[in-house]
Amino acid sequence: MAQKQQDQELLQYESRIKVPYTWSVGEVGSRFLMELKENRKIWATRCPSCDMVFVPPKKTCTYCFSDIHEWVEVKDEGVLQTFTVVRYETPLIPGKPPYIIGIIMLDGADTGLVHLIAGVPHDKVKVGMRVKAVFEEKRKGHILDINHFKPI
Amino acid sequence: MNGVEDITIIGVGQTAIEREKPADTFADMAYEAVTKALDDAGMSIDDIDNIVTTSNDFWDGRTISSMAVNDAVGAGLGKNITTVEGDGTFSAFYGMCRILSGSYKNSLIVTHVKGSISDNIHITNGIFDPIYMRPIGLDSLNTAALQMRRYMAKYGISEEQCAKVSVKNHANALKNPYAQIKKTFTLEDVMDSRLIADPLKLLDCSPISDGAAAVIISGEESAKKHKNAVKVRGVGYCADAYFLGDRDLADANALDMAASRAYESAEIVDPLSEIDVAEVYDAFSYMELMWYEGLGFCAPGGGGKLIDRGVTEMDGKLPVNPSGGLLSGHPVITGGLIRLIEACLQVRGDAGDHQVKGVKTALAHGVNGACGQSHCVWIVGR
Ligand SMILES: [Zn+2]
Repeated sequence: MAQKQQDQELLQYESRIKVPYTWSVGEVGSRFLMELKENRKIWATRCPSCDMVFVPPKKTCTYCFSDIHEWVEVKDEGVLQTFTVVRYETPLIPGKPPYIIGIIMLDGADTGLVHLIAGVPHDKVKVGMRVKAVFEEKRKGHILDINHFKPI
Repeated sequence: MNGVEDITIIGVGQTAIEREKPADTFADMAYEAVTKALDDAGMSIDDIDNIVTTSNDFWDGRTISSMAVNDAVGAGLGKNITTVEGDGTFSAFYGMCRILSGSYKNSLIVTHVKGSISDNIHITNGIFDPIYMRPIGLDSLNTAALQMRRYMAKYGISEEQCAKVSVKNHANALKNPYAQIKKTFTLEDVMDSRLIADPLKLLDCSPISDGAAAVIISGEESAKKHKNAVKVRGVGYCADAYFLGDRDLADANALDMAASRAYESAEIVDPLSEIDVAEVYDAFSYMELMWYEGLGFCAPGGGGKLIDRGVTEMDGKLPVNPSGGLLSGHPVITGGLIRLIEACLQVRGDAGDHQVKGVKTALAHGVNGACGQSHCVWIVGR
């Protein structure tokens, strides 16, 4: 390893990286998000081989690699499988900490949906509690058209 | 050349793990690790016929970052250099496979990362699906908290049991010259540490770190008689679903499968009795307990009792992370390769003050992806 000069000033250089991306949501995802927007409904896909119901919907089964074509509506409520009360501030979440993130098993689904939990004091949240989707009034075809899930 | 029985690890090198290395470029770190590994093996760069570098573009802030350390790893002109983005245990697996292909004799595996130079919340948010998961604000901390809660809820694991891992590994790190955090913490210290994302507290989390590591893997017949010779007895590798909601986060199914493959090759039937020391990927305290289960040291849900009984303490039946683990220093990407290096040093009897007595068989474990999406398990021995 090269000798380091103790008296050498060490320079640093600020990055200028800022790269824009435009992600394709795809046919399946677009239908799912447009159902949130237009009808306040949560649609899933069901694997023809292993029967697993996916929310968000999948075109290919995670478990058996089958092509999926069947759509099924699931309920906008379900059971909170796990949650965390996030205590640090991040620019990635609208609002101030503490805020709650959870994984919700919607009635009729076999996979968990990761989403925000609100409308409950953070010390009253419990694994196993039932929660229901609260939709935005103004929706744009986005996962946050569901503003959050609240306990019922 | 038939299988892993022909593979030997003959050189290892690592930098000190530090919160930041402002005086070092990526190349400086990689060069330090490589020259240490070559010295350890008593080899020159001319003895190496192929190189696998390992890094992450987001953490480096550079596209195809693994190619940018070309000069520092001795690739020069005319050497075959290839790259892996992921944990170092996976690039070591690839380097081994290149030898097994019959095309190469000596693979140099190099990993480097600087966690200190950017924003880890943004970088780890980038792990997740941009349509469904990133807008929720997921990152490595809050998803680990989701997993910890799920694991605790399903199996009745307590926060104290998780905290014991942190106490144990930090105590072990006091004797590891490469560890970043060398400080004694009590159970109360861990339990009273700042809440990050319930139930995850500061001292349940591994720190932000910079570091590099290198390993030399040989398929030469003569390597088996090398002074450092550590035999590879089995390697297994398995991935789970990408979407967090597609798996039960309480269970380490992919690790179970990866370990089973490694154990089959190594002819290990009862890992708790047959393995003398293990270095596992303890990015968070609770993970070590989950990995005990995935590695078959106990049944699913038994991780809490295993730590309660002191089985994985330095003086226990199967010491886990005598180096202090990732909780005492976590250069991502490099983390798993350091576990493999530590396992080799334990087998050689070269682990210094944190040497476990009489090690014949050691296990090393690496993870890639959120909440332990994929796992690589190495069994090495004499
Ligand atoms: Zn299926």
